[in-house]
Amino acid sequence: MRRALSKALVEIGEEIEEVVLLDADAASHTGARKFSELFPLRSFNVGISEQDLMGVAAGLASIGFIPVAVTYAMFALRAWEQIRNTIARAKLNVKIVTTHAGLSNYGDGASHQCLEDIALMRVLPNFTVVAPADPVEAYEATLSIVKSSNPFYLRLERDVNDPIYHSDPNFKVGEPIVLVDGEDALIMGYGSILKEALIASRVLRKAHNISAGVVDFHTLKPFNSNFVRKAANGVNVIVTVEEHNKIGGLGSAVAETLATNSNRPALGIIAVDDRFGESSRSLIPLRRQMGLSSEAIVNKVVSLLEGDAR
Amino acid sequence: MLRSLNKNQLLILRELAFNFNKSLTSVLVKISQTKNIPLSTLKLNAKVLRNLGLISIGEFNGKRSAGLSNLGRAVLTILDGVEDLKEKAVVRESIDIEFLKKKAEIVRKHIIRTIKKAGSGHLGGSLSLVEILVTLYFSKMRHDPSNPLWKGRDHLILSKGHAAPALYAVLAEAGYIPLDLLDKLRELGSPLQGHPELTVSGIEMVSGSLGQGLSIGIGMALGMRLKNINSRIYVILGDGELNEGQIWEACMTASKYRLDNLTAIVDRNGLQQEGFTEEIKPLEPLDKKWEAFGWKVFEIDGHDFEQIVWALTEVENVWGKPTVIIANTTKGKGLPEAEGNNLYHSKVPLA
Repeated sequence: MRRALSKALVEIGEEIEEVVLLDADAASHTGARKFSELFPLRSFNVGISEQDLMGVAAGLASIGFIPVAVTYAMFALRAWEQIRNTIARAKLNVKIVTTHAGLSNYGDGASHQCLEDIALMRVLPNFTVVAPADPVEAYEATLSIVKSSNPFYLRLERDVNDPIYHSDPNFKVGEPIVLVDGEDALIMGYGSILKEALIASRVLRKAHNISAGVVDFHTLKPFNSNFVRKAANGVNVIVTVEEHNKIGGLGSAVAETLATNSNRPALGIIAVDDRFGESSRSLIPLRRQMGLSSEAIVNKVVSLLEGDAR
Repeated sequence: MLRSLNKNQLLILRELAFNFNKSLTSVLVKISQTKNIPLSTLKLNAKVLRNLGLISIGEFNGKRSAGLSNLGRAVLTILDGVEDLKEKAVVRESIDIEFLKKKAEIVRKHIIRTIKKAGSGHLGGSLSLVEILVTLYFSKMRHDPSNPLWKGRDHLILSKGHAAPALYAVLAEAGYIPLDLLDKLRELGSPLQGHPELTVSGIEMVSGSLGQGLSIGIGMALGMRLKNINSRIYVILGDGELNEGQIWEACMTASKYRLDNLTAIVDRNGLQQEGFTEEIKPLEPLDKKWEAFGWKVFEIDGHDFEQIVWALTEVENVWGKPTVIIANTTKGKGLPEAEGNNLYHSKVPLA
């Protein structure tokens, strides 16, 4: 995803002169380095100081620039209050692009992993919150950040190169993408964990004769509740999957919508059970440890459908 | 001189305008690599520029570094076709101290009246700022109340947003907002919020959460430099506000980028919510702290118009460094029972 980010940032920079890059001394890890090499006059490294980073971005935005502040997801949240009280409140055209979200920074452990950002960014008025699933979508999503003048939070993961899209995903902010159609159940998720949802969908069809659709719910805000309501009318079970705390993420957003909907399919939430991550030498075992796997999705769908039958 | 400058010389000037704290050689090496021009050619051209007085070499944080001289900056401004916005500025030719004193008196009355009426508001920290704000808006700042978004204007950020009643009163006196709006302070639905929002003409930035304004000022100052606009950014900080760590993050960023178009003003009234600044989190030696962070420091009596005018003029002559004015003030100034009395920090004076 970082390579996709790097490429898209350069393209935006070439196209729009007002785009400036703000870095908190992590450019070589986030994928922002290429931009700063090509546009040194429009790149500012404020050092390891995320609060300052957000403030400087706000100042630049207020006089007509389009600052893209790139840093680790976890450490962007260190400046959540600055984001809330200046960027969101003044509705400034600041683009916060974060990397290493979810468990993707498996080696560094809980301090660097980020399972809280969707909850914290979703609650801010004026923000757009997007989390792409693979490099192709990350590229498209990055290009989209300059298409509105709202504050934007783009959530990327580290070193996730597993493709989900093999052609142009026709990405549009706010419009979920149906990856697989399904009649019995619908699995909705965002981020690279969608790969597990696709595997689960195949297993469900082959081993259980269950038709389970898969939806890339890449935009968490503005939340497309109409899509969820429509989906609720078509299937008996909805399962959400995300590499995030079960509190405040996509599962919560879907539950909030379904709670006030007359048609309420059974809802299952596959997410991290209100705990911190830990170090691991690779991603998949850590995900399993945290209860995130295709098996967990399959089991959830099957048990909810059985419950539904009873 | 303008016509005799060649392409390479112009490249060097432009590069130097945006590179700070770097040695001349490293800047030339960078141009040489990115533009594929022999280093020796660039060195000769840089020598010409130095002889013309367009670039100067100095010490910065113990390192030799190069930058544009004032003349160089002016030449670049003309060559790049940017109109000199300073010329259009609304500047009072001679400063009439008596006029400022009268304005301050009126503004004080507005503050006391409106906070009383609102039933709450930070009286002490608003009154300590009156002379500073009056001097800025009625003599130093280049701005145009009839055209609040004029692009050549100076910007002011009230980082200590709780002094909003003082800023509102000055903005009303300057003509940004109607005078009778002042009495709507903190009223439901009024644009005059307890802390500044962008709903008020003349307010450049939201504030209220302490510690954030200096970083925002840096963003504005960097942006003005990128746009080649000759505006000054003023950030008003409380002394209690300096407890916030972000201020010191920003201090380092401002000196890194040599933001000589950025001026911080510290309202040094010595008190914060729970008591004396020197008891809660001692700030002294405050001047040495700012100096150590790479700022040029001026210290004045923040109620003495002549000193305020002097400091605000001096900061315009500092090159290559951000400037800070430590303004020693009295909290609650002008209301005898409130002066230095922290009971008036955020309370209404009894009628």
